[in-house]
Amino acid sequence: MGLLVYGEPHSCLSGLTAALKALENRIMKARVIVTLKNGVLDPQGKAIEGALGGLGFDGVGSVRQGKVFDVELTGADAAAAKANLEQMCEKLLANTVIENYAIEIV
Amino acid sequence: MKTAVIIFPGSNRDRDMFAALELITGSRPQSIWHGEATLPDVDLVVVPGGFSYGDYLRSGAIAARSPILKDLVSKAEKGVTVLGVCNGFQILTEAGLLPGALMRNAGLNFVCKEVLLETVTDATRFSGKFQKGQVWRCPVAHHDGNYFADAETLKSIEDNGQVVFRYADGTNPNGSLNNIAGVMNAKGNVLGMMPHPENLVEPLHGGLDGRLIFESILAAA
Repeated sequence: MGLLVYGEPHSCLSGLTAALKALENRIMKARVIVTLKNGVLDPQGKAIEGALGGLGFDGVGSVRQGKVFDVELTGADAAAAKANLEQMCEKLLANTVIENYAIEIV
Repeated sequence: MKTAVIIFPGSNRDRDMFAALELITGSRPQSIWHGEATLPDVDLVVVPGGFSYGDYLRSGAIAARSPILKDLVSKAEKGVTVLGVCNGFQILTEAGLLPGALMRNAGLNFVCKEVLLETVTDATRFSGKFQKGQVWRCPVAHHDGNYFADAETLKSIEDNGQVVFRYADGTNPNGSLNNIAGVMNAKGNVLGMMPHPENLVEPLHGGLDGRLIFESILAAA
């Protein structure tokens, strides 16, 4: 970053501070996908599968229903955000007895 | 015997539980709001049925993260008797106090009817007044009562005698693995069950079969 400051140094510095602050408060978007583990019966997925067949869609092998969470986070550190989201999944977003989760920073 | 009932936003069987506990123990239970930090010193804590937080996310998931749960977990670790019925069972599994999970009923329908339960063991503080193998009537009313645990967990709870009640042959209303209707923690002081024993405790209910659970707890206290 070139800092050619000939006048009004204060306003320039405050601009830089503001830019750094904006970076810190940046909104990061993440998507968490929660799916049922293999071997866990999914009666809702089965019902959807049947309904698709009923609508005339051929060739639907199977349907498994899951959940998507779009989460907005403040901060610029993607690795820290991912670690944070993992904790959120373990503690609330997924029930790891029956569900798996995947995290994407988008 | 001193008892307490935890109430969450969306609990709706708390009053039925109150009435049953008062009838059988002879003293009024304390009602504890989920936002409280500590439970009073009681012999039995009940987590009642209902639709806490509208079943948002997963049945019982949000309630299991309520402030009062911290103290419930610590009291359970100290050996206090805890009974979770229906949504209470879902909350206790979500809180990690009981093994397994309760999923959408296999038939996808809400079931509200009477089933038959078989008492698998009478050697627990929840079933001492039953005979081993005794079949008894009990109402169920739920949408997410389909008990699931992985093969390893299932084997360990069966081997350890943690399965206390099963749906008797042909009456499994929800697809629960091994017909499991009620399961305990390894220590034997926390029981969760989908059926509602509190709804079959006085003659106007059409039977008294549900009393035996409360009488068992009373006798063991």
